[in-house]
Formats: sequence, C-alpha cells, structure tokens
Amino acid sequence: MSQFLQQVINGLSLGSIYALIALGYTMVYGILKLINFAHSEVFMVGAYTGFYTAGALGIEGMEQRGAAFPLYLALVVLMVAMGASALLGVLIERLAYRPVRSAPRLTPLITAIGVSLLLQNLGMLVFTPNPRRYPPIIKEVRFELGGVIVTNVKLTIFVVTLALMLGLWYLVQRTWTGRAMRAVSVNLDAAKLMGIDTGRTISATFAIGSALAAAGGILFGLDQITINPLMGTLTGLKAFVAAVLGGIGNIPGAVVGGLLIGLAEQLVAGYVSPDYRDAITFVILIVILILRPEGILGVVRQEKV
Amino acid sequence: MRLDRRSLIIALASSTLFGAVACKGGSSGGGGSSSGGGSEIVLGHYASMTGSTAHFGQDTDKAVRMAVDEVNAAGGVIGKKLKVVTLDTRGDSAEAANAVTRLIDVEKSTAILGEVASSLSLAGGRVAQRRKIPMVSPSSTNPKVTEVGDYVFRVCFLDPFQGKVMAKFAKETLKVEKVAILKDVKNDYSIGLSDAFKESFEKLGGKIAVEQSYGQGDTDFSAQLTAIKNTDAQAIFVPGYYAEVGAIARTAERLGVKLPLLGGDGWDAPDLFKIGGDAINGSYFSNHFAPDAATPKAQKFVADFKTKYGMEPTGLGALGYDAAAVLADAIKRAGKTDTDALRAALADTKNFEGVTGSITIDPQRNAQKSAVVLKIEGGKAKFAATVAP
Repeated sequence: MSQFLQQVINGLSLGSIYALIALGYTMVYGILKLINFAHSEVFMVGAYTGFYTAGALGIEGMEQRGAAFPLYLALVVLMVAMGASALLGVLIERLAYRPVRSAPRLTPLITAIGVSLLLQNLGMLVFTPNPRRYPPIIKEVRFELGGVIVTNVKLTIFVVTLALMLGLWYLVQRTWTGRAMRAVSVNLDAAKLMGIDTGRTISATFAIGSALAAAGGILFGLDQITINPLMGTLTGLKAFVAAVLGGIGNIPGAVVGGLLIGLAEQLVAGYVSPDYRDAITFVILIVILILRPEGILGVVRQEKV
Repeated sequence: MRLDRRSLIIALASSTLFGAVACKGGSSGGGGSSSGGGSEIVLGHYASMTGSTAHFGQDTDKAVRMAVDEVNAAGGVIGKKLKVVTLDTRGDSAEAANAVTRLIDVEKSTAILGEVASSLSLAGGRVAQRRKIPMVSPSSTNPKVTEVGDYVFRVCFLDPFQGKVMAKFAKETLKVEKVAILKDVKNDYSIGLSDAFKESFEKLGGKIAVEQSYGQGDTDFSAQLTAIKNTDAQAIFVPGYYAEVGAIARTAERLGVKLPLLGGDGWDAPDLFKIGGDAINGSYFSNHFAPDAATPKAQKFVADFKTKYGMEPTGLGALGYDAAAVLADAIKRAGKTDTDALRAALADTKNFEGVTGSITIDPQRNAQKSAVVLKIEGGKAKFAATVAP
C-alpha cells in the first residue's frame, strides 16, 4: 500500500509539471488553432535561465558553506526565468508565426517545428549538451508518513502548480485581457471588429503560456535533478498529449490531462515495466483520438459554413 | 471539429518526423587537414567530446594527446612524427560511424583510436574492419566489440570479468546476499555488465532480488527505486554511466533507500560527484586504475597529467594513454605504416608495460588485466581492493 501511495505521489508531481507545460499548448491552440512545437524549447530555456540565474546569485558558494538558498532569492530565480521565457515566447510569435498568420494552417505548423529545432541546437551550442545538476534553490527536507516519503520539493511543486493554475483561471475569467482572449478564441475576425487589439491579446497568450512553461522547467529541474538541452523534446511531447487528452483548447482539461499522464506513466513504470513508461503516453493518445477525439473535457464546437 | 482532427493528425505525423530529424543532428567540427603522406603519421581519434558522456571523450583525448606528445618529444616513430586528429561522436552511434569514415577518407588516418562507449565502438569498429584499418579501443568492455573482426583491438578487460569482480566483491567483502539490479536497456555495455554480474553472483550463491531498468537520457528513476525499496535487497547494482548514476543516487536518497550502490567503470568521471553529491558516498565501483594506489609508471602519469592539464586523470584517461602508447609501439615494431603489418604488430603485443598494468593482446584481440574496486568517500574515489583475472 505504501508503495502504491508513493508511486501515486511521484506520478502526481510529474503530472503537475506536465500540466504547467500543457497549459501553454492548449492556450495557444485555443486562440490560434496552432500547435506551438517550440513550446517544449521555451520550457528548456526557462529551466536553463533558472540554472544560470541561481548560479549568478551565488548558489554554489552557499551550498559549499552549507547555507540554504533564501526563499526570496528562489522567487527571484522563478521570476527571472518566467520573464525571460515570456519574452522568448512573444518573440517567437512575432518573428515566426505572425508573418505567416494568413497562410494555410500547415505553414505555421512547419515554422513551429523549425523554431523548435533551431532552439534545440542553439541550446546545445550555448548551454553545451552535457547534463547539469540543477542547483537546489529549495533545500530538500523529507517527511515520512507511514512509509511514504514526501519532500518539500514535491509539496512546492503541488503548491506552485495550484497557485499558477488558480491565477490563470482568474486571469482568463475575471480580467479584460482574459475576456479578450476568450473572444479571440471564438472568432479572431469578429473580435477584431469589436475593437479588440488581437495582436496584443495573442502576444499576451504567448507570454503567459511561456511563463508557465518556465515555472515547469524549474520545477522539473528540482524534481529530476539533472537538465540538458534536449529535455524539452519528450517532456514537451507528453505535455502536448496531456493537452489533447484533456481536450485541446480547454484550460482545466490540460490540468486533468497532465495529472493523468503523470500518474499513468509512473504506475506503468512501477508495476508493469519501466520500458513502457514512454509508450503508455502514446497508447493513451491513440485510444483517445479513436474514442473521444475532443478529449475528456473538450466540447465539439460546431463550425458554421 | 473536422478540421481540428485533421490538423492533429498532421501535427502528430510531423512531430514523429521531427523527432527522427532531431536525433540525426549535423556533423561536428574536426581538426587538421594534412594527409598521411609526408612526414607525419595520422592517428584518428573518435570520441564523445560533447554530450551526456562528454567526460569519457575529453579525458581520453587529453591522455591520448599527452602520450603522442611524449612519443614525438622522444623523436617520433620510424623517423616520423605522430599527429592526432579528433572527431566528436557526441555519444551517438550513427555519428561514431560517420566519424570513423571521415577519419579514414578525409584525414587519411593510419590507425584509429576510440571509443569509450561499447555501443559506439561497435559502430565505429564495423567501419574500420570493412576498410581494413586497425582500430584500438581504449576502454570499451563489451565482449562484442572485438568480435567485429581481426582489425579491432582493445587494451582493457571485458565485462564478464568486471561483472565477476563486482559479484565477488559484493558477496565476499560486503557480505550481501540479495542485490537489486537497475540497468540501462538502451546501452550494450550496461546490459552485458548486468548479465555478467547476475551470472557470477548467482553462481556464488547470491540472489537477485529484482531487476529494474531505465533508458539512457531518462531523468526520472523514482518508480524503479520505489519498487526496489519494497524488496529485501541489501545493495543495488547500477551498471550505467555517471550522469544517470548521479541522479539515481540522489533519487534513492530522496526516497529513503539507504543501500550502497555498486557499479562499473562507466561511473568514472568527476561529474559523478557533481551530480551525485553526498548521496553517492559509500558506493563502490570496479575500474581499470586507481590513482592513489599505483605503480611508479602510473604515478608518473598522474603527476604529468596534473602538470599538463591541472586536473586528476580518470581511469578512462589512463587507458587512452595506454591505447596510444601501444599503437605507437606497434608502429615502431612494424617499421612501416602498412595496415597489414601494423595489424600483425598489434596482435603481437606482449607484456607492454602500461600505466594500467601489463598489456598482452590475446588471440581474441583483448587484453588480460586485473581490476581494482574503488570506494567513494567524501566526494572522492579511493582504492578498496585489487582483483586479478
């Protein structure tokens, strides 16, 4: 029983990270009907920005002295990484997607793949392909409850993910930017006729989604110990499947999908075989596309001709 | 909706394609351009200078260059200077085969040195064998490497022996009865070493509590370690490479798994301590060479290496030095750079005094040597025992 609970906790923490990344896929898809493949690299850049920011704030010296990294500095790391990734996301949209906005839908998709490959290779050039240990911006403390080990890092992952998701919900449902986003997602041209600055709204969507991916990147680094420039490839693909599973374009769906994928992966690895941990994600994708292509929480939206 | 589904399928198809392209990558930068004619003999070295096993390639390359510089300072061989050209494999076996082809065709290498990783030596060795250019692998321990053909040699021991060493050490020195295995199923070296360990350990009367696996590049090991925690294993055998081993040690500590980890020469890199930190203390691994308990020749190597590069050499570095020295010695004995003569001279290597011990090439083109077991304490690997073949 304690083994099962342990696997569930580990699965949920991994799933929370998938959920944070999936939100970025799903928000952009909701508005532009575009699958932003470069999102997985924004996640990677976010993790590395956190890595270098923590380094610049002198985390190595503190670790050697045995001093804990102060919480306010950890928040600075998080903010810097989220800011840098938001900027990168907006930049990608401006340079790579906006010029081909009116082109057939396949064009921006291919552009997205190009941007993703470019960033991956730039990452290997700039960050070197060697795996790096992620600096412990939160000092790990372990609690044991009936044979189940929970660390403060895992708790932080849950709390940060929950806080960011609630913040996102508030933003989308309760603010003017959110209302503009929802309007653009229903009909871009009609929204423009209503006087909504669609360009700015789309930029805001990219900025928010990218910032969430950066937070996911830092939590991923803390949870998984090492990072490398190709870390986004598989993680991003799984988060994308999570978005499809929950219903692409649907924000709560991305969260449900992320948690389910994380759980499925961990349970399969623990009880069937670790060899199938990546396969199970894609089996789920195939099944969902056959049985319920709109996803768990997705709704079929009639397209008027 | 109709449109949405179609775009999803396109997206999936293209993402698969994109994955395949991402794996291939481009070719990597190389060194000089002179041909093998004139007054130089080109030794082509292919190594993982970058990537998740970058320490393997970089340490080996430093030591190879040091050995060649020493030979050249002493007047070179058969009136010519040796020249090393290094190409990066980035730890990718397709890239390894490309690198060997380029070393032969473009750089006109007389002989090839490399690789550390067995999967990569297999890929590169097949090219060298087909082109009939002698290749010496410094440190690939999987038996299949030299079975590729009569042009492929190595100067290190094999995994069946290394597995036996750790099995014996676990059973007789650490006195453990049950061991869990956590192996990398994407890696020939890791599979071979884990099979060898299992066979020897069971023959000695021990039991394998559970076998778990991961794939190279994985970052999450919590499912496997949680499963291992719930068995009665007294130690975990992790025959992987340092980057993953470091993360495994950290994850084990986090999950409260307080068992010693055991491993092989794939652990031998400073990054093991950087990634693993305190969590890796109290673990043991088998290696070719212990810097703190060595012969005068080895001590001179360690001192020279420190002066030249300002860092301690690893066991893999020591083997790189020996591989280059054995090759230079064979060229000297062959008296010419003809590949058949050189192959015969390599096969004829007997009692060559290397840094890692006496090297005699057996009829299967392997070296018979003893192994050392190192214990990790305070972020350093220290000599624990020697095991003869």
